[in-house]
Amino acid sequence: MEKLFMKGNEAIAEAALRAGCSFFAGYPITPQNEIPEYMSRRLPELGGVFIQGESEVASINMLYGASAAGKRAMTSSSGPGLSLKAEGISYLAGAALPAVIVYVMRAGPGLGHIMPGQNDYFQATKAPGHGGFKIMVMAPSTVQEAVDLTCRAFDYADRDRNPVMVLVDGVIGAMMESVTLPPYKKELPDKGDWIADGCRGREPRLIRSFILDALALEDFNKKRAGMYERWQREDAVVEEFMTDDAEYVIAAYGTSARVARTSVRELRKEGLKAGLIRPATLVPFPYDSFAGLGEKKVKGILVVEMTIPGQMIEDVRLGVGDRLPVYFLGRSGGVIVSPLEVKEKVLELAGGGRK
Amino acid sequence: MEKTYQRPVSLYKSSSGYCPGCMHGVAQRLIAELLDEMSLRERAVGIMPVGCATLAYTYLNFDTIHAAHGRAPAVATGYKRSRPDSFVFTYQGDGDLAAIGLAEIIHAANRGEKFSAVFINNSIYGMTGGQMAPTTLVGQKSTTAQGGRQVEMSGYPIRMCELLSTLKAPVYVARFALNTPANILKAKKGIKKAFTLQLENKGFAFVELLSNCPTNWGLSPEESLNWISENMIPYYPLGEYKTPEGSESRGN
Ligand SMILES: Cc1ncc(C[n+]2csc(CCOP(=O)(O)OP(=O)(O)O)c2C)c(N)n1
Ligand code: SF4
Repeated sequence: MEKLFMKGNEAIAEAALRAGCSFFAGYPITPQNEIPEYMSRRLPELGGVFIQGESEVASINMLYGASAAGKRAMTSSSGPGLSLKAEGISYLAGAALPAVIVYVMRAGPGLGHIMPGQNDYFQATKAPGHGGFKIMVMAPSTVQEAVDLTCRAFDYADRDRNPVMVLVDGVIGAMMESVTLPPYKKELPDKGDWIADGCRGREPRLIRSFILDALALEDFNKKRAGMYERWQREDAVVEEFMTDDAEYVIAAYGTSARVARTSVRELRKEGLKAGLIRPATLVPFPYDSFAGLGEKKVKGILVVEMTIPGQMIEDVRLGVGDRLPVYFLGRSGGVIVSPLEVKEKVLELAGGGRK
Repeated sequence: MEKTYQRPVSLYKSSSGYCPGCMHGVAQRLIAELLDEMSLRERAVGIMPVGCATLAYTYLNFDTIHAAHGRAPAVATGYKRSRPDSFVFTYQGDGDLAAIGLAEIIHAANRGEKFSAVFINNSIYGMTGGQMAPTTLVGQKSTTAQGGRQVEMSGYPIRMCELLSTLKAPVYVARFALNTPANILKAKKGIKKAFTLQLENKGFAFVELLSNCPTNWGLSPEESLNWISENMIPYYPLGEYKTPEGSESRGN
């Protein structure tokens, strides 16, 4: 175990290397450039492959090749680049190929702004590409958690033969915190039973994302749906902070959750029983944590996101149903939501706040 | 008596799904013969495109990976860099390589990626039903250029060998045609040269094969082969555009 003071993006890159990532292809876009830069330096030193692709489209397709060859492969990008990677993500999912995609969110839509945002929740969790499939989405809110979840992302990707996304906003990518790094992984999963590595001594293999028999394709999708259900049962990660006796619960992830935690403490000091539910996996989303709130003393839920309109709020509503009112506080355009405005919003909801 | 002609081991025993007279089958057979002759089948990985060539998965008896439309060179790059000892080739049509995948092929060539690219130029989109390709000849009819391709609307047909041979990195860039038995034999030699250069780890090799699409050209198989010699070869001159020796031999 090694303790270092690291920037989020670089910590994610180092975590990937320690998880056994030996292939990286990417294309520059702010605010994630430290990841390819770090990889360009470290991967060749470790005997891995770094390629600056000619585009995001090419980069994600390079991952497709590397993954089919059995490597642990990663790419990273931000909004405009992720839209271009959507093609490749869908093909990876269709071909059942593992890969890790780091998504460092900035403000959008369009070219938007390089400032941090949480505008890409829908894209990440609902439709990272065409065809109606799901990928796991990890949403760390500290640099340490970014390290841990990046390592886990590689394991889940290989376990499920499906892409996994690590979704951070530009704040987490750019902030520096101390982190404990795991040792370099020595033993990686054996993929000898499915990769394309030349048909010596066995039948030829075909790695493809098309299935031309309708029933077989339906069967593939059914099996994948079963996998999504398993994630939901087994793999959701959520942090509940002071929710036991809470009357108002804030729901937030990533940087918004860090801000909201401060607000919860401030509110408690002022005698208002606030709590926080922070999903650390967005797919699978911890619906149960929200469904359970109806039986408690909770009067309302405030969803805080760095995006307008709100996006995670739709999943929170799904979890809560019509048991409780759900409110929204959002900032956008690159504005980071402040602890004070979250606090004031909760006070306002509780009827005792300053206007 | 000695058997002199047989199905290559690198081809499955299956009947062809290609339209009668389509030369995709011939091109794939040439590759299969070479993999047999060069003992490459067990380390080969073919990267397949979108388009009629996709059907190759039912014929090629070795490992294949199917790429998204145009992305075969990027997939091949990722694969070959991951497994430098493998033998990798891409097989792409003109819509795949010269339209949606133009950036991928140029940049893979420019990086000198150590795989071989086989490019089937039939001057039309086959699988989707005969739309205009970047290689469709001026005046040639297609379902999206019903009066024939017009320069004012669609520019001139792209010549890939000429374009790629301006790059420094590729070691071999050559164009052949599949219109006559003699030309088919020359094409086989050209593909062999490309494959050999990969085995010698020399760099990127590109072999264009002028082919046909009798179905979408609306011609009989025989007429379509004549159409290649009368219309395609004059615009797409055959020959080696770039060789490791640096010599050029163009025109036929
Ligand atoms: C992104 C995307 N756009 C469009 C298509 C539809 N499509 C399938 S085959 C094809 C054309 C292939 O033409 P070509 O590469 O010339 O090959 P041919 O069929 O002539 O052998 C197109 C456009 C697709 N599969 N993917
Ligand atoms: S549509 Fe054209 S290219 Fe495709 S199989 Fe038929 S003849 Fe060949």
